Amino acid sequence: MSPIALSLTLIFVLIPLLLSRTLNLGLEKDTIVATIRSIIQLFAVGYILKFVFDSDSYLYILLMIALMIFAAVHNASKKGKAIPGILWKITVTIIAVEVLTQAILLGFGIVPATAQYIIPISGMVVGNSMVLSILFLNRFTSEMESQKNRTELILSLGGTPKQAVHTQLTDAIKASTIPTIESQKTMGLVQLPGMMSGQIIAGADPVQAVQFQLLILFLLLTTAVVSSILLGFLSYPSLFNERMQMIRQTNS
Amino acid sequence: MTTYEPAIHFKDVRYSIDENPIIGPITGSFPAGRITTLVGPSGAGKTTVLKLCNGLISADSGEILVEGKPVGSMEPTALRRKVGMALQDAPMVNGSVYDNLALPLRLQKKEISEDEAVSWLEDVGLSSDYLHKKASELSGGQRQKVSIARTLVNRSDILLMDEITSALDRASRREIESLITRINQKYGTTIIWITHNLEQAISIGDYTWVLIAGELVETGESRILEDPADERVRRFVKGELQ
Repeated sequence: MSPIALSLTLIFVLIPLLLSRTLNLGLEKDTIVATIRSIIQLFAVGYILKFVFDSDSYLYILLMIALMIFAAVHNASKKGKAIPGILWKITVTIIAVEVLTQAILLGFGIVPATAQYIIPISGMVVGNSMVLSILFLNRFTSEMESQKNRTELILSLGGTPKQAVHTQLTDAIKASTIPTIESQKTMGLVQLPGMMSGQIIAGADPVQAVQFQLLILFLLLTTAVVSSILLGFLSYPSLFNERMQMIRQTNS
Repeated sequence: MTTYEPAIHFKDVRYSIDENPIIGPITGSFPAGRITTLVGPSGAGKTTVLKLCNGLISADSGEILVEGKPVGSMEPTALRRKVGMALQDAPMVNGSVYDNLALPLRLQKKEISEDEAVSWLEDVGLSSDYLHKKASELSGGQRQKVSIARTLVNRSDILLMDEITSALDRASRREIESLITRINQKYGTTIIWITHNLEQAISIGDYTWVLIAGELVETGESRILEDPADERVRRFVKGELQ
């Protein structure tokens, strides 16, 4: 894309700005901030990626992935403050999912071990694992709250904490992974996935683009299911103490 | 006054939440093989006392002995089977009445036969027709009966009952009252029962604990409620403390 063509894309920013001004929507400031941030962030990432690709050093690849994981953990852990030690639990979850998926991809030679493949795929895996962690934590904390009676019932009948949270845990795991599975059912019918569209616009063979998109879809299935199960099994024990009591009980 | 062997004994027990004292220090006993009612205004700490008895919560200080053994030395699941608890709103798990009766044994990876489940149902005054009924379709009184039967499956020596009759109509309440007496007589089970109904406490209970603002104000045979010595208890009995 030529610099002039790129500048002309700002027309798509001017349209909402003009509409916002005319209709007094008050969106101008946020729109301008969002535009400037996205230009700076994306170009920065572009140049960093170019540098990492050119250097062909695994150290830079690892640093890049570490940065992604750091940002993802920071974001996701805000949602699980009710669970003690949530920060390291999300860190372990995201690292485990990243290691598992890369081990399969590189171990079986599904993609070449170069920055061009490792970094964008890691970005998708880490990003997805973060979203799934947030979905899971939201659902799990609300299930635990709404089903407190059930948890108490199982404990009072002589059940273990694992038995007491079993239903809440599986409900939360199912609820957080269903969107990933459902979205795959309509894939290609309603909209073309972003990555595939990008490849086609950049001139790739559509069939080749489809093959990579399938790889990503299957990868994200594993990411979704493993992330929420792992985070679930890491999280629930910290809601109980060694006397099998719910922590922070409040009663009359 | 008759002396009883204690099933559960509290010695200087205190419990607080976030540094707000809820109960204590409490010292007192629940006599073995008897029905003790736990009465007092709301917020007095009655449910807290029950939960301390079966280890759903632990005391901050003091000692609780169950049949002479400190609760802290007992394995939590074993303690909760020995000291069973019927919760106030009788929560049911999804599925049939049978599924609910099977729950205590399924938690130990065991199964219960239909015949055995029916005999527990009959014990609480429900016919075998209820066995395959959905738990969600039961009335309030039937739920409480199933909840009690489910607790009986663990063959607990001590049975804790939160305010299980508070949401029931008069007829269902009477049925539960006679059920409690029957269980106590048939199995010799020690029963500790929270009720806000003083008439019930006097007619069904052998013994009573009066809790006010986390303090065990009076304890003794149920007839003490007819003529309380303590001024606060007198005000509570008159309905001036709620």
